[in-house]
Amino acid sequence: MTACATLPALARYTIGLADDALVLAQRCGEWITRAPQLEEDVALANIGLDLLGQARSLLTYASQVEDDGRDEDDLAYLRDERDFLNVQLVEQENGDFAVSMARLLVFSAYSYELYRRLQRSTDETLAAVAAKAIKEVDYHRDHAREWVLRLGDGTDVSHERMQTGLDTVWPYVDELFATTSRHGSWPPPELLQNGVAVDPSQLREPAIAYVQQVIDDATLDLPTVSWAATGGRQGIHSSPMGHLLAELQHIHRSYPGASW
Amino acid sequence: MTPEESSAATSSAGWTDQQKAHLAPVPRLSEAPPSRRDWPLWEVFVRPRRGLSHGHVGSLHAPDADMAVRNARDLYTRRGEGVSIWVVPSAQITASSPDEKDAFFDPAADKVYRHPTFYEIPDEVQHL
Repeated sequence: MTACATLPALARYTIGLADDALVLAQRCGEWITRAPQLEEDVALANIGLDLLGQARSLLTYASQVEDDGRDEDDLAYLRDERDFLNVQLVEQENGDFAVSMARLLVFSAYSYELYRRLQRSTDETLAAVAAKAIKEVDYHRDHAREWVLRLGDGTDVSHERMQTGLDTVWPYVDELFATTSRHGSWPPPELLQNGVAVDPSQLREPAIAYVQQVIDDATLDLPTVSWAATGGRQGIHSSPMGHLLAELQHIHRSYPGASW
Repeated sequence: MTPEESSAATSSAGWTDQQKAHLAPVPRLSEAPPSRRDWPLWEVFVRPRRGLSHGHVGSLHAPDADMAVRNARDLYTRRGEGVSIWVVPSAQITASSPDEKDAFFDPAADKVYRHPTFYEIPDEVQHL
C-alpha cells in the first residue's frame, strides 16, 4: 500500500488531477529549444505553463485538504514515484513531434470534457479551478488539432509519422477513462456519490468523438491496440517516470528551500 | 590484416555502391527546398482594446495563416495585450523605398499648419 492510499479521498482525487498536469507540464518543457521552430518552442512552453498553473492550484488545495503540514512544493518535489497518481499517458517520453502532438490531442480532449463537468462539482474550489482551466485546455486541444491535421494530411512521411504517433500513445488512452482496474478503483467512490468528482467513464464517448473527428479529417486511422496501461492512479508507473521525477525534483532535493 | 584489407579499410576505393551511398554528402540546410528550409514570414498586427486600431507588433514564422494567428497569440498577446490579431504575409507588403525618402517625406516638414497645434484638444478626446 502506498502512502497516498491512506489520504483523504478528496486529497487523493485532487492530487491525481494535479499530477496529470504537473507531469505533462514537465514533458512540454522538455520541448523548449528542441521544437521544429522557435514559435513552437514558445507555444509548447505556454501550454506547459498553463498546465503547471493548474497543477499548482490543485496541489495547493490538496495540501489544505490533507492538512498535514505539507505545502504544494513538498507535494511536487518530495513525493516518490509510488505516491504520484497521474495516468501513465502523461509520463511517456516525448518521442518525436508527432508522438507529442498525438498525446496532447488525446489528453486535452479528455481534459476538456473533464473540466467542463468539473465546473459543476459540489466542491467549490475544484469547480473554480475547472472554470479557469477549461479555457486553457480548449486552446491546447486546438493547438494539437491543428498540428495533427497538418501532419496527417501532409506529406507521405508526415502522414506515416503522425499515424505512428497515434499508435504509440493509444495503449495509454484507455486508462484516462477507466474507473476500475486490477489495481483499484478511480475516482474514490464516495466522491462520485456526493458529486465532487467526475466519472471518467462518461468522458470517453465525447472525448474520443472529438479525437475521431480530427483523425478522420487528417486522413488518419483510429488505432487498434492489444493492451492497455493500468495502475497510474494507484501509483504504479512505467520506466520513464523515474527519470522524469529525477529531473523534476533534483534541484529541490539537492538544495532544500532554494529560491530564485 | 593484409595490405589489401588495410587499404580497403582506410579509403573508399574498394567500397560497394551501397557503402558509397552512405558517404554522399548530406544536403545542407541552405540547399533544401524553401518549404523545408523555413516557414514563410508573417507580420503581426494586434488591436490592444476595442476602439483602437490594429498596430504592428512584430513578425514571426508559420507554415500558414491559421498557424500564424496561433503563434501570434502565443508570442504577442500572452500578457493580455490584445483583443484581436491580424496576420499578413510579409511578402505581400509593399513598402516605400528608402531611396525616395526625401521626395516622400521632406516636403511635409515645413508645413506646420497641417498639424492641429493651433487649438486645444478636449481632455475627453483619447488616442488622437
